Amino acid sequence: MRPVIPYVTAALLFGLGVYGVLRRRNAVLVLMAVELMLNAVNLILVTADTTAKALLPHGGQVFALFVIVLAAAEIGVGLAIVLQLYRMRASVAVDEVPLAERPADEPVPVAVGPAGVTTDGPSGVADGPAGGGANPPETGRPEGDR
Amino acid sequence: MTGVDVLLVALGAVAVGSAVLVVATKHLVRAGLYLVVCLGALAGMYLVLSAELVAWVQVLIYVGAVVVLLLFAVMLTRAPIGASDDLDRPGWPAALIGGGVGLGLAALLVDAYRWTKVELPEAGTAERIGEQVFGSWVLPFEVLSVLLLSALVGAIVLSRPDIGRSPGRQSAVDGVDSDGAGRGRSR
Amino acid sequence: MSTTTLLGALLPAVPLVAGLVGLLLPPSPRGAATEQDTARRVAIGLGVAGAAGALALAVALLVSLDGPAEASTTWIDLGGLTVTLGVRLDGSAALVAVAVAAVALAVQVYSTGYLKRGPHDDVDVDHRYPPYAAQISLFTAAMLLVVVSGDLILLLVGWEVMGLCSYLLIAHDRRLPEAPAAAMKAFLVTRVGDVGFLLGIALLGVSAGSFRIADVLAHDHSAGTLTAACLLLLAGVAGKSAQFPLHTWLPDAMAGPTPISALIHAATMVAAGVYAVTRLFPLFEATPVALAVLGVMASVTLLLGALAATAQDDIKRVLAWSTVSQIGYMTGALAVGSPPAALFHLLTHAAFKALLFLAAGAVIHAVGTTLMSRMGGLRHTMPVTFWCTLIGLGALAGVPPLSGFWSKEGVLAAAEGAALHGDGPAPAWVGWLVWLAALVGVAVTAWYATRLLLRTFFGATRTPLAHPHDPPAVLRWPVLALAVPAALLGLAGFPGWFSTQLQRTLPADPEAVSDLMPPDGLIHLTPTVLLPLALLLVGAGLAWAGWRRDAAADPAAALGPLRPVFARAFRLDDVQHTLVVRPTTALGQAARVADERVVDGAVLGTGRAARALGGGLGTLHRAALPRAIAAVLAGALLIGLAAALIGGAA
Repeated sequence: MRPVIPYVTAALLFGLGVYGVLRRRNAVLVLMAVELMLNAVNLILVTADTTAKALLPHGGQVFALFVIVLAAAEIGVGLAIVLQLYRMRASVAVDEVPLAERPADEPVPVAVGPAGVTTDGPSGVADGPAGGGANPPETGRPEGDR
Repeated sequence: MTGVDVLLVALGAVAVGSAVLVVATKHLVRAGLYLVVCLGALAGMYLVLSAELVAWVQVLIYVGAVVVLLLFAVMLTRAPIGASDDLDRPGWPAALIGGGVGLGLAALLVDAYRWTKVELPEAGTAERIGEQVFGSWVLPFEVLSVLLLSALVGAIVLSRPDIGRSPGRQSAVDGVDSDGAGRGRSR
Repeated sequence: MSTTTLLGALLPAVPLVAGLVGLLLPPSPRGAATEQDTARRVAIGLGVAGAAGALALAVALLVSLDGPAEASTTWIDLGGLTVTLGVRLDGSAALVAVAVAAVALAVQVYSTGYLKRGPHDDVDVDHRYPPYAAQISLFTAAMLLVVVSGDLILLLVGWEVMGLCSYLLIAHDRRLPEAPAAAMKAFLVTRVGDVGFLLGIALLGVSAGSFRIADVLAHDHSAGTLTAACLLLLAGVAGKSAQFPLHTWLPDAMAGPTPISALIHAATMVAAGVYAVTRLFPLFEATPVALAVLGVMASVTLLLGALAATAQDDIKRVLAWSTVSQIGYMTGALAVGSPPAALFHLLTHAAFKALLFLAAGAVIHAVGTTLMSRMGGLRHTMPVTFWCTLIGLGALAGVPPLSGFWSKEGVLAAAEGAALHGDGPAPAWVGWLVWLAALVGVAVTAWYATRLLLRTFFGATRTPLAHPHDPPAVLRWPVLALAVPAALLGLAGFPGWFSTQLQRTLPADPEAVSDLMPPDGLIHLTPTVLLPLALLLVGAGLAWAGWRRDAAADPAAALGPLRPVFARAFRLDDVQHTLVVRPTTALGQAARVADERVVDGAVLGTGRAARALGGGLGTLHRAALPRAIAAVLAGALLIGLAAALIGGAA
């Protein structure tokens, strides 16, 4: 077995992941590119487990398992954030994330935030032909009415 | 060049090729599907590299769960079916950095291993990995379980904006919302 | 400390206390009737009591003084320089103190009637009567401090307090638009001189190692130090005593209330300069240069003031310019080396000028204007004022046997002695200059005094609507009281107690007493006295002849084209404005622009640049996510590259 083959594959995958993170503007695609990078690391770990002798046997494979767990957690939280972003801004483009505004946990922006959803929402609902049951503005409405 | 090498090259080519498509395609859903191919090819490589447990976990968690979650997200954000034009940003810095990282790492590793040959160990079993995980690595394992739990809770809190707020703020939100609803009714 | 020196120390303290207590009084309530005004009554009581107490003390001092007395205690010891707190008393100091206190008392009494709510008076002026009275008391205290002070620093304190009080009092009448400007001018112009005075004192004190006047006089100064110090002192004297070229503030100071003019002109401020020179006269005697400068200054001032007085229409300005001219006589006497003559003239001048100002105040009070062109014919309606003014003007012009004749004769005799016989410390040409200027001044003084009298009290009335009448008792009595010394004080110059007191001015160095005056008296009648008398008749006759030809016309019309020049005092105000005020203003504006643009600009520019830089950095930090992550990853790549290359090389 020539270890250089999986190593080079992992390096290229990592580079593609970096490229994807930087290139993509859709947050879901960015997350996919992050997955590519994680897998490249996993591949290196697994390959190193076979090529390099460690004090503890199969440390690389254990690490790979841990990374997979981390990736699962990361994807869960990351997707929750993405969905929340979509609910607030009706968009998942990362370069439209407002960093210069006040944080949402201050009183005034909190009051404005849902109001912004309710004011932005109707246009989105009216224009969006594919508005499903999980449309955030619509879920926000009944809460307000309650 | 042995059969193992051929197999690794072939699977690697599939993984890299599908990864290129993941970061280059204009279809959101297809990107998810290419990711499945890429991750599957990687699982094959793990098998070849005699890491069976990792390979199956890869298939189960990554191909099974993560990608499905990603596809859910694609659908929940009401991504259009078909090609989209606004997925990408100007590409040259990304290409420069990504290419630099990828090729740099590749050059480093090529320089480190050249064309050396390594004997593959015998195919590992889940039992030996389990011994390690629950023996030497049991503390990180437990910490990871706590991490997973907190990630679970965090994801729930993030996706439910109505929990975790103070009552006063809740009423303020309600007031604003009822105002909006009032406007809606009057309209 | 003997009784005498205790009296001397108490002399300035009494009006000082009265003034300080008076400053604590609240202003009179607006709208209250004068009779019900408690603050005003208390202020009047304090002011009159302070001045009367000072007068009593001064008289007691004069009586008990039987020779030069001095007492001092060390105040500050500044490493080799001693500042003392002490009094230095002699006959002349006591006499001047009596004059100051008497005039102050007259002014205090007169003010109670003059600054009273009436048809011509404003509520606002009357409203601030308590501080006004207190400031007069302070003014008196400062002047008395200058008179009795035995230390140059203490003298300087009184000197400066006088400047401050003159500023406050000239600006008292806030209705007049020119009053604040006049006060500012008086303060600034005298300030210019005071700088010189301060430097001169410092020079003398450092040279002698002590500021005590006795030590300063006894010390053997080097010639250069002495000349420099005397010239610097002369600058201060010129400022306070309104000598050319720092005389410009005095006519403008007429914007103050008339009693204040009387106080400033007769007893306090302008006399201080002359008095200071007499105190330090041994120093001046040793520096012919300073005496020559003083002589030139005196001659120019004398003629300038007299000529400027000829063309004024404002009665107070005529008197103001005449003060300038008369102070010129005093400094002239000093320049030719005769302090007794100068002090004699100072005392008589204090009497008749206070009388003239208070009488003019009565006229102004009755007519409601200060312009002579709107007076006339007041002789019948205001007989008391007329006779008092006649006495005052006669004394001013030097009509025998009124006081001004004798004292002016003393000055003329001293100048004549210096010119013809080379007496005294000054060069002969200074004597000639002073003598001739004084002689010309006699004629001009007679001319404008006659003009003032004719324009104001003779002829037909020019304001038919007014019904002038003699002033009420509270105004009349001070005038009448001052008329007595104005008429008779000159006779005291005959050999006797008075002249002995005055000549005891140089106790530190009895050898140097000018032998110009015979020791037995200040007055000696010689045939040369006919010369000023003839000039007096010429001047008065010319004015009378002009008036006789056309009673309605102003005799000043005879001046022809010179009249506007005289009226504006040879345009020296304009010269001063061009040479001093405008460059100073321009410099101030330049400094302001430099401050605003350069200094402030640098500070503000630094702040603005820092804010812009911070804003720029903040914008960079607020970059959108993709750019931020691109930067992070690019950084990581670069670090990795560097590590690989350097690590590989190493």
